Amino acid sequence: MSEELHDVRLTVNGASHEIRVPARRLLSDALRHDLRLTGTHVGCEHGVCGACTVLVDGEPMRACLMFAVSAVDHEITTVEGLTHADGSLSPVQQAFAECHGLQCGFCTPGFLTTITAGLRDNPQPTHEEARDMIAGNLCRCTGYQNIVKAVERAAELGSEARTSTTGGAS
Amino acid sequence: MKPAPFDYRRPGSIAEAVQILAGEPNAKVLAGGQSLVPLLSMRLAAPAMLVDINAIPGLDAIEVEDGGVRIGALARHAAVLASPDVRRVQPLVPMALAHVAHATIRNRGTTVGSLIHADAAAEMPVVLSLLGGSVDVDGPSGRRTIPASELYVGPLESSLHHDEIAVSAFFPALAPGAGVAFQELARRHGDYALVGAAALVEGESVEVGYLSVSDVPTVVDLSGVDDADLGEAALAQLEPADDIHATAAYRAQLVRVLTGKVVRSAREWADQHAEGAR
Ligand SMILES: Cc1cc2nc3c(=O)[nH]c(=O)nc-3n(C[C@H](O)[C@H](O)[C@H](O)COP(=O)(O)OP(=O)(O)OC[C@H]3O[C@@H](n4cnc5c(N)ncnc54)[C@H](O)[C@@H]3O)c2cc1C
Ligand code: FES
Ligand code: FES
Repeated sequence: MSEELHDVRLTVNGASHEIRVPARRLLSDALRHDLRLTGTHVGCEHGVCGACTVLVDGEPMRACLMFAVSAVDHEITTVEGLTHADGSLSPVQQAFAECHGLQCGFCTPGFLTTITAGLRDNPQPTHEEARDMIAGNLCRCTGYQNIVKAVERAAELGSEARTSTTGGAS
Repeated sequence: MKPAPFDYRRPGSIAEAVQILAGEPNAKVLAGGQSLVPLLSMRLAAPAMLVDINAIPGLDAIEVEDGGVRIGALARHAAVLASPDVRRVQPLVPMALAHVAHATIRNRGTTVGSLIHADAAAEMPVVLSLLGGSVDVDGPSGRRTIPASELYVGPLESSLHHDEIAVSAFFPALAPGAGVAFQELARRHGDYALVGAAALVEGESVEVGYLSVSDVPTVVDLSGVDDADLGEAALAQLEPADDIHATAAYRAQLVRVLTGKVVRSAREWADQHAEGAR
């Protein structure tokens, strides 16, 4: 049986890609297998673990619960797209490195995308809000203490960056 | 963990979607996919075709109407939860939505999709049932309104015909002086609840809706019951079931505890907001 293929144009991290995939190709698999963007990880494939979380038009969504064919009208950002153009780490990535927010790193891409959007919407979260921000993501080895610390550190780094670019004026 | 092959259609209008559905008896509507895609990936469902409604314009509207608020089929849980109109007209909707999954799931999942999916462990079918809301559906023979009381026919089964599309849901407004509350117990925040309860108190009338107790959303009338007897009176009308998540006895205990709590907090809500209005 030959399966019907669809021509799909995906916009990922600002670049446009043409792929030919069956309708059942999950967005997570399209990113990893067709576009070779293997930063997006796949754990449970049913929406529970959060490892596959990407930003769709800036909002965190599960890549394993979307089909590539349905992603055509959207701008997708993966963990690869969080790094600055010069290769330096974003505040959230920097904070994970500083706070020991990862061990094996399997869950990390989903945390980074989720927190990036979370801090954009709420740049100065309380401790409770920082915990809530990551409540939909599972980590099996680091534990959550350091990840929460990383959220709070990333908020600090973000506000330092904002003050320095605005010349200290607040 | 990959879906079986299916044909894919992405219609640009409701009329086109209805026509496609009429031509393929084994087709399913794809809205947010947050319930359907896991079922496909686990191969618990293998429809011949998916009709993706995400490209149909105008379906994401949230509008205040006479007597309530109407939520379009593509309004995401997150948009409904954030809507000041919804919060003002019917505060029970955001109270319950805050317990639906995690923010990331709410960014994609739709409130109408959750109503049609008809999971007895889901929050919104209970809210619609308790408030006496309805769903508007479009099909080959035109549009019809299904009242919540006729929507839920069995576990994961709504009375929608296979060739019909739900276009919107209507949640009636909270009457002046009335109060609402929602509480649930889940193992972790964002998980499906072991038991949840929503209360609506309006003068002498007291009604409570339950999720995860029976295999359909269930509303019981507790008007005139003494406060101390609320839990037992509710249980007299319910048959909590055993499953892998909780025993029937534990569910019964949760019903006892939650019933009194939600009724009390719905009354408190009414009192606070009556004072606020003065
Ligand atoms: C990890 C996780 C946790 C979750 N936790 C909860 C929770 O605690 N509480 C809760 O209530 N839900 C929970 N959900 C489910 C979530 O709320 C879904 O968004 C919702 O149940 C279905 O909405 P959807 O738009 O994603 O529908 P889909 O998955 O696209 O569709 C679900 C079903 O409804 C049908 N359907 C959808 N829209 C229409 C329409 N307009 N017309 C006709 N048929 C339609 C589809 O054909 C399908 O059968 C969870 C999901 C995940 C992945
Ligand atoms: S792989 Fe998508 S949520 Fe686990
Ligand atoms: S770092 Fe290993 S699972 Fe989170």
